[in-house]
Amino acid sequence: MTSEMWLSDDKLNHLRTIVGDPDFSSTKYTFVKELARGGMGTVYLAEDRELNRLVAIKVLNTTEVTDDLRNRMIREAQIIARLEHPGIVPVHDVGTLPDGRVFYAMKFVRGSRLDEYTARNASLKDRLRKFQAACDAVAFAHAHGVIHRDLKPQNIMIGSFGEVLVLDWGVAKILPEPDPPWSAVPWHRFGQSGGKPPHSKEWSNTSAGTVVGTRHYMSPEQARGEIDQLDERADVYSLGAVLHFLLKDQPKVSKAAKAISLKARANAKEERYSSASELSADIGRLLDAEPVSAYRENALEKVSRWVSKNRFLILLVLAYLLMRIFLAFTSRR
Amino acid sequence: MDADTDIGGPLHKFPVTNHSAIIAARSDDQHVRRRAFDTILASYWKPAYKYIRLKWQAGNEDAKDLTQGFFANAFEKNYFVSYDPQKASFQTFLRTCLDGFVANERKAGRRLKRGGDMDHYQLDFVSAEAELASHSAESTLSPEDYFHREWVRWMFTLAVDALRRRCEETGRMVHFQLFERYDLRDDGNVSYASLAKEFGLDTATVNNYLAAVRREFRKIVLEKLREITATDEEFRTEARSLLGVIL
Repeated sequence: MTSEMWLSDDKLNHLRTIVGDPDFSSTKYTFVKELARGGMGTVYLAEDRELNRLVAIKVLNTTEVTDDLRNRMIREAQIIARLEHPGIVPVHDVGTLPDGRVFYAMKFVRGSRLDEYTARNASLKDRLRKFQAACDAVAFAHAHGVIHRDLKPQNIMIGSFGEVLVLDWGVAKILPEPDPPWSAVPWHRFGQSGGKPPHSKEWSNTSAGTVVGTRHYMSPEQARGEIDQLDERADVYSLGAVLHFLLKDQPKVSKAAKAISLKARANAKEERYSSASELSADIGRLLDAEPVSAYRENALEKVSRWVSKNRFLILLVLAYLLMRIFLAFTSRR
Repeated sequence: MDADTDIGGPLHKFPVTNHSAIIAARSDDQHVRRRAFDTILASYWKPAYKYIRLKWQAGNEDAKDLTQGFFANAFEKNYFVSYDPQKASFQTFLRTCLDGFVANERKAGRRLKRGGDMDHYQLDFVSAEAELASHSAESTLSPEDYFHREWVRWMFTLAVDALRRRCEETGRMVHFQLFERYDLRDDGNVSYASLAKEFGLDTATVNNYLAAVRREFRKIVLEKLREITATDEEFRTEARSLLGVIL
């Protein structure tokens, strides 16, 4: 039990880094740098040598890949691959590293997370437009029987051209459906018995009582671990929490906007919007200065909103009237 | 700080890991227990010795005897049977046992000179003492943090030794030498290109060799960690502190 070697603190840190970094040597990717760490995996920037482009690679943070974890990771890739929508990051590839860790490669999105984006003084209207785009992407997923379950500002990216992308579908839940279209991901690579993907009901790896998500953005039923009770309205709650995050530091927030946020975040799911598309529609009405379903206006507020919406028209009419008065006055003289 | 996704809850359970010396140390089979104990001793004797020197202000000879005595006692009295992974990490448990042992010995005013089962171990106290002399403990670290840091350092040192042996056995000493030159030495001027020139290889080969040897190193570190943790949860926690990565 002897060793002459002394590892300095600097060398220790260096060794920790090289041990922690993924080994992509058996793949077509070259490691570039670490981008982010999450509860399930770490996202790295890598170069696809064949196609000569940068990709984001999510690597499951364990070499102890049980079937349960492997299925969870593969499932995430399959789910995203199924959801072909401009607001959902496309998956390019899925595979396993030499140390046993599962990875999937996806489009590298240049831009900022929603929380970073709003920190740079984004206007209220801009925030609402981005939020509506996120709602639309989630509504698309809902239409395909997928609930995200971990919506939060950190999982919404704003691209360089203002495009909105919803990330990290790692804890998503697939609602039962008769015959899901599994063909999107070459998942036979994982050596599952029979070469067939397990049915969604069989490979759901969160059982009742398991809490999945992020506390501040999680619906009450999700926080209680009522997995079987979760439906689209769990995501509606999370979107409501994201909306609350977007509104909280704004100086002039209308009662209608607050009401939308409150309705989306109602404790009882029956009192929330029934879907993300319904929430998106209300945001659209808010942006168009139309009455929203979440808030009943009084007469004064109706007039005020009408004036606000038709300000240009009113100014035009007033200008016209003033001109007529002026002309009438000058012609009389 | 980002809000992290939680995956847990009341039904989240962590199974007992395979290949764990901590689990094997509870075996009724004397040979299994002995092997497990050897692994634990190899992994902890040096941080334990340094900790005794620092926290208990023990002299060189006294610390040697206390270290030997602690591990001898732990084996004879089967200390590790009472370890409960739900309560603390094994590292914390061992350190607590060590504190209790030294406190008792001090209280009893005993001058230890243990032998028995520990006699055949050639623990390299000279190198431990040399390290203490040349790399004195930072005053900002608590004794507990110092113990942890020295344990991390020792684990990596053992992993490098194991890597060297493995490379020797498999005839890949060039791999290890590249690793030693690039990853172990404090020489900021070394590049893949300079190594390629020095070893008569092309840069791509240096890249491939280093990737392979680092992969082996990672495997060894995780194997060592697996040996001295009792549950998957503890394995992941220790991996986080040892490697700085979430596993």
